Amino acid sequence: MALKTEEMVLNMGPQHPSTHGVLRLELKLEGEIINDVIPHIGYLHRCFEKHAEAMTYPQVIPYTDRLDYLASMYNEFGYALAIERLMGIEVPERVEYIRVIMGEFQRIASHLVALGTYGADIGAFTPFLFCFRDRERILHLFEITCGARLLYNYIWIGGLSHDLHPDFIRKSKEFIKDFRPNLKELNELLTYNQIFIDRTANVGILPAETAINYGISGPSLRGSGVKWDIRRNDPYSIYDKFDFEIPVGTGEKGTAGDCWDRYYVRIREMEESLKIIEQAIEQIPQGDVSSAIPRRVKPPAGQIYSRVETPRGELGYFIISDGSVNPQRVKVRAPSFVNLEVIGELCKGHMVADVIAILGSIDIVLGEIDR
Amino acid sequence: MIYDWLFRLTGSETAAAIIQSLLPLFLFILPFALFAVLLERKVSAHMQDRLGPMRVGYHGILQTVADIIKLVQKEDIVAKDNDRLFFDLSPVIVFTGSYAAFAVIPFSGIFLGSNIDLGLIYIVAVTGLVVAGILMGGWASNNKYSLLGAMRAAAQIISYEIPTLLIILVVIMVSGTLNLYTLSEWQTSYFWNWLILGGPVFGIEKLLFIPLMMMSALIIFTSTLAEVNRTPFDIPEAESELVSGYHTEYSGMKFAMFFLAEYANMFAVAAIVSALFFGGFQSPFGYLGDLFNLPWLIPIEQFFWFTVKGIFFVFVQMWLRWTLPRFRVDQLMTFCWKYLIPFAFVILIIVGLITVLV
Amino acid sequence: MKTAEEIFESLKTKFSEAVITLITDKPVEAFIEAAPMEIDKVCLYLRDEEGFEFNSLMNLSGVDDANGEKVKDENDNEIIKGGTLSVYYHLESTNLKHKITLKVSTDRENPEVASVEEIWRTADWHEREAYDMFGIKFLNHHNLIRILMPYDWDAGHPLRKDYQNPEFYKGMKVPY
Repeated sequence: MALKTEEMVLNMGPQHPSTHGVLRLELKLEGEIINDVIPHIGYLHRCFEKHAEAMTYPQVIPYTDRLDYLASMYNEFGYALAIERLMGIEVPERVEYIRVIMGEFQRIASHLVALGTYGADIGAFTPFLFCFRDRERILHLFEITCGARLLYNYIWIGGLSHDLHPDFIRKSKEFIKDFRPNLKELNELLTYNQIFIDRTANVGILPAETAINYGISGPSLRGSGVKWDIRRNDPYSIYDKFDFEIPVGTGEKGTAGDCWDRYYVRIREMEESLKIIEQAIEQIPQGDVSSAIPRRVKPPAGQIYSRVETPRGELGYFIISDGSVNPQRVKVRAPSFVNLEVIGELCKGHMVADVIAILGSIDIVLGEIDR
Repeated sequence: MIYDWLFRLTGSETAAAIIQSLLPLFLFILPFALFAVLLERKVSAHMQDRLGPMRVGYHGILQTVADIIKLVQKEDIVAKDNDRLFFDLSPVIVFTGSYAAFAVIPFSGIFLGSNIDLGLIYIVAVTGLVVAGILMGGWASNNKYSLLGAMRAAAQIISYEIPTLLIILVVIMVSGTLNLYTLSEWQTSYFWNWLILGGPVFGIEKLLFIPLMMMSALIIFTSTLAEVNRTPFDIPEAESELVSGYHTEYSGMKFAMFFLAEYANMFAVAAIVSALFFGGFQSPFGYLGDLFNLPWLIPIEQFFWFTVKGIFFVFVQMWLRWTLPRFRVDQLMTFCWKYLIPFAFVILIIVGLITVLV
Repeated sequence: MKTAEEIFESLKTKFSEAVITLITDKPVEAFIEAAPMEIDKVCLYLRDEEGFEFNSLMNLSGVDDANGEKVKDENDNEIIKGGTLSVYYHLESTNLKHKITLKVSTDRENPEVASVEEIWRTADWHEREAYDMFGIKFLNHHNLIRILMPYDWDAGHPLRKDYQNPEFYKGMKVPY
């Protein structure tokens, strides 16, 4: 009698330790080899876009916090920027500097979560807590500034809710000083660990052409060797004033565009963010942070697509105004939503353990996928 | 020997045997498991800049006791489609397998369960029972994650038994005995006589043995680590991939039995490594009992040294767990079949030639 | 770098005025309006033609223009009859660093648009989302099913302006 084999369907999620939220992946397996991956999303759908249509423009800001809850500052930043462009508001210089500082701190905090959880996905639990220790200090900086640790409602249309705390600059400098050695420690513990390299190099290779066609953005795109960063290629706010590198994946440990490259791009981006923060702290002018906040937000009828580079990639707000106080349409082009789409392509032919490695390396947040 | 004393006390061979076989469980394994779980938490916590459990008792020393009480109280959940018989049997078999290994482990000069001449082979044989238990649990859970975990566990444990056995063969060739008690006695109470440093032989032979034995010790430590499914070889459990592998569906006391078996196993393999290569219960530098002419002190000292060695290797296992990431299943097999086994074979042949020729 | 006007001028040589029109009177940027059934050809041309090279679709969003006639239905709920639904395409060229916005408008009662999924794979999920939220049917899409809402949601498409929440979904109360 000939032995018969059949395809096994394994449901990964929505309750699973490493799907980074309520993502459900339907894996079609041949033993441990993946034949196909079908993502099912929508478990965290909160009708953000529908809610936004029923509210005035400033009221939308707290809701944008909840999109990518690991990078709330940047969601507000992008939204405020879109409305300001639509209304033609000039923002005071100090506000721009504070926004950039906050945005880059948020990028570091978000990458720390991404890298820490990535280590935990691969099986190394200790780097996770090392990363969270450092993230905690950034959250403390946010807390003294605006009172919240996760969902800030800090960046408003035309300004900010509060000025910086008097201790902020000093504490930031201390953090930067302590963080550089910690980053080196993380590299020694995880990045250059041979087992970690074996698990991530040459796994989930994403060629540059495919990445662009799939609309991948952020560190996942740069991991494939594409030098594309909206901060540099389509500058917004005052990013053209700073000197920073755009790290790209080079295939140092395997092939360009593998999981290790995507991971390492994030590590190097944190260093670049530190550089930006240092420059911004040096140059920050004095001034008022709320002088340009409009009393009544009523943009002219029209439409705008405005985008920023969040820790996860290109966050675009497509806003249509009909001239009233409520937006007619707010569409969020969420980077994770677009980046997740490629997972089926990346996972084919790999093993179950690699699905976790690939999923972690594209760093998704379900809050903005499901909106 | 404790057995003779118990025999005189009870006057019955059966009663003495039963009491003696229960002694390691109540005197050693249970307290050790309680201690090891706490140790694991504290070790991991301090490695990660945390404090670990701090609330129950001074610095959380009673935390595991509280956990056990919680586990005992917990509802024993059995899903509808579980294969009830095998589902219930599995934790018992796994625990029996790891507990039975303690029968031949010499804790001290006067305290060992059974002084059988096939001790080493016996340990390998009974720990093989664990595989059956794990497969049973994974299959009976009727859960795909459990099944994958059980399949991985079976493949892994059976593969890694080969290098373990090859190194055990090396030890047998050098020492000429399979009896763990004799082996420990043979390595006498000075550290230069331990097998890792060539054993109690002298001359050119010892010099040749030292590097070989160090490699052997490394190989057997690695392969036994894989046999007890600890990181970096914890792919059967792999909580980030398979939720928790073969024991996903278990709760309450049945889960506690898997848990207990894991920690008992950790100590068992640590004990094997120390008995084979690190002098077993022997002190590294003579006995205080000899020095002060107090013969009753020697067994206690031996017990002390054995426990210290065991806990040291358990600590190394934890240390590795909280430092290293996890292998992938194919890399794990590659590591075993392409590196450990060929190396073990080469060592076996060289040691064989040395024992014949020198 | 090409502006919307320049792109429009070059497009005119390939497509007739019936297919594309340039809209410049709305803030902030000018955009090109195209016919819904021709959008895939326009997009393919924009992607492959030298001098355009729009290799990336940044965003694709459905919009309810809400420009129809508002009437009351039998349950006294306001619904919209007639008018249009729109789809906006934001294209970008990563080599030439220029951007363009395209718009198609389609009939509200029977919204049908040609799919661009074959041209940019990223359009797959965006189009599914537009279908889910507005009921816009993308012809030739390989798997046009709901994405954010439950697969068997039968109470309509939620981002339409006249969407009514159902009382119950599979026995669960919906308004909370």
